[in-house]
Amino acid sequence: MFAGDDRLVRWHLFIAFVALAIGGLFGPLQALNRMGISLYPVLGITYYQGLTLHGVLVALVWTTFFICGFLVFVTVRSLDQPLTQRAAAWIAFWLMLVGVGAAGYAILTNQATVLYTFYPPLRAHPAFYIGLTLVVVGTWILSAVLFMTYRRWRGQNPAKATPFMAFAALVTFILWDIATIGVAAEMLFQLIPWSLGWIGGIDALLARTLFWYFGHPLVYFWLLPAYLSWYAMLPKQAGGRLFSDPMARLAFLLLLVFSVPVGFHHQFADPGIGHGWKGLHTILTFSVAFPSLLTAFNVIASLEIGGRARGGTGLFGWILRLPWGEPSFAAQALAILLFAFGGVGGFINASYNLNLIVHNTAWVPGHLHLTVGSAVTLTFAGIAYWLIPLLTGRQLWHRGLALAQVYLWFFGMALFSFGMHWAGVLGQPRRTDMATAVYRLAEWEVPDIFTGVGGVILFLSLILLIVEVALTAFFARRAPVAEMPLARRCLARLRFGSGSWERLFLSVSYFQE
Amino acid sequence: MRVEPYEKVWMALSAVMLLGFLGAISVSVFVHGISLPGATPRLDPRTVPQEPHFASPGIYQTAPGEYEVYLVSMLWSFVPNEIRVPAGARVTFYAISQDVTHGLAIHGTNLNLMLIPGLVGTGTAKFDKPGEYLFICHEYCGLAHQTMAGKVIVEAKP
Ligand code: HEM
Ligand SMILES: [Cu+2]
Ligand SMILES: [Cu+2]
Repeated sequence: MFAGDDRLVRWHLFIAFVALAIGGLFGPLQALNRMGISLYPVLGITYYQGLTLHGVLVALVWTTFFICGFLVFVTVRSLDQPLTQRAAAWIAFWLMLVGVGAAGYAILTNQATVLYTFYPPLRAHPAFYIGLTLVVVGTWILSAVLFMTYRRWRGQNPAKATPFMAFAALVTFILWDIATIGVAAEMLFQLIPWSLGWIGGIDALLARTLFWYFGHPLVYFWLLPAYLSWYAMLPKQAGGRLFSDPMARLAFLLLLVFSVPVGFHHQFADPGIGHGWKGLHTILTFSVAFPSLLTAFNVIASLEIGGRARGGTGLFGWILRLPWGEPSFAAQALAILLFAFGGVGGFINASYNLNLIVHNTAWVPGHLHLTVGSAVTLTFAGIAYWLIPLLTGRQLWHRGLALAQVYLWFFGMALFSFGMHWAGVLGQPRRTDMATAVYRLAEWEVPDIFTGVGGVILFLSLILLIVEVALTAFFARRAPVAEMPLARRCLARLRFGSGSWERLFLSVSYFQE
Repeated sequence: MRVEPYEKVWMALSAVMLLGFLGAISVSVFVHGISLPGATPRLDPRTVPQEPHFASPGIYQTAPGEYEVYLVSMLWSFVPNEIRVPAGARVTFYAISQDVTHGLAIHGTNLNLMLIPGLVGTGTAKFDKPGEYLFICHEYCGLAHQTMAGKVIVEAKP
């Protein structure tokens, strides 16, 4: 029933892992560069061309392709309904791929060394902007296909509650569609006509503002699929149940609402934006932390149910009983742990005042490797460890290798992000070819060692991940088709009150049990 | 909707924590006077560099111990890139970019600014301890971005 859709999912994952493998190559080079070891002259490229590839391939391509594939997978499975317009979904895929090709051409030929945020007036070849726009258009088409699939399902099941995974997938795409309006406007009205020479000047502040209107919700687009897995699958893998389904839905809805108006927290240091706006966005950013705190409670409570069901006792004893030897579980649990630190750092970034200390320092990449580079990437690795066997009808190639990958990532990231945060607090800038910088302060030396060593360990882990995934997908022993881990709920039946808020929530989530 | 009692406690604590953070930020802003760049007029990026102060960038004393610095950033340097003040000086920076977006961060101070074409960035720093304070461009601005720096030299009072 799903063979056709699974093919689409496999292709998305394939492109995602290729992007991760290529983009990841530059990670250790950048980390070593901070230690003063520059391999760029040998490679014959500049630090910044490599960094553009790193940012675009891992932050934009890896995440977007993985998410599109994964969300198609969970939507069709949880609705038990194949995609209604599969041809359109393929068109979307090809558009995205052509877009990546065009942007990749511009970057590889050194005509788009503008980093993944492409702030004008730094100018890239039009193919870069047009390519990225095509990627966005592709995702719009795919999200329309998912909405149509949901509509068909709703038509056939007028009285049923939307299954949680489909609900989460749809909210994620709604969030994405709203967010991408900003970057689409920047591309269509500013960057593309300007790079083609049709308009003369460009408003740099407006471009930054449109970018960050998109850029912050973007991080939730990365994160929500990970939350989806923590809520809907991880409890099962831990031997427990989802503690509270309605709270999980509430968290998704709050994230959808609050994630939109927060972009100015990336522009605290920009002149030209009033204090009132910056203050408001501080408050809203703190509000958007609330659903993440709900998630922390709900997910950890679900894991506790699992740990206790496996015989754990005591206040913390249940933690030891969790299946730490299962790569998929361990990856995601450690991702959650790293994300806790990322969250603490996030409060600091979002603080109107403290942001002055960390803005544009190495702290920021230190932070974002805990979030998109761990909470998201390590969770996706954990998902891949069950999803790829399921999609290819093969076994996970080597459990021990996968486990080594997971723990190496954890320790590498702990060192790396510690070094980066530390150097950042000491004022070391991000996005800078530090090996040839005219300033290198003695106080950065020790943190840089953490960064460099951590970066190399991370890279080893990345190699293991790619090897494991490739061997599993193409060479591992055939095995009977695995099942998708699907957590049951504790609070299956809801007792809604009659308050208007609850009615609103009820209608939004179609929760009609 | 039924919410578990522990979860209610957690939600309340979360809310209290977030409000506490916001309270602390408010104190830093309203009591300690931490300030970010605010609304400034949008100017024509082509003509700002010709305005009198930016046409002759440099340091101007406005009162005893009070200075203004007009700073112009460009690919890939700052003008001026050496600023001398006596210890205890309070310096207000007015900084612009002549071409792409740059940044300005002064080591050992809270001054952290984006220099966006068409906007005058403003920030103040107080230099109490004598010594050299590195300042750098902290926004990627092209191939030689890592060479874009200068220093504030704070001289001990005679
Ligand atoms: C092999 C592991 C990795 C290492 C050693 C590594 C290292 C680094 C370093 C040192 C930087 C800072 C460059 C600079 O600001 O000058 C950086 C930037 C970045 N990394 Fe990674 N990285 C790795 C994997 C990842 C992954 C998996 C992701 C996300 C999915 C990621 C996302 C990013 C992003 C978004 C930036 C910011 C780029 C920019 O500022 O333009 N990295 N990385
Ligand atoms: Cu943000
Ligand atoms: Cu620069």
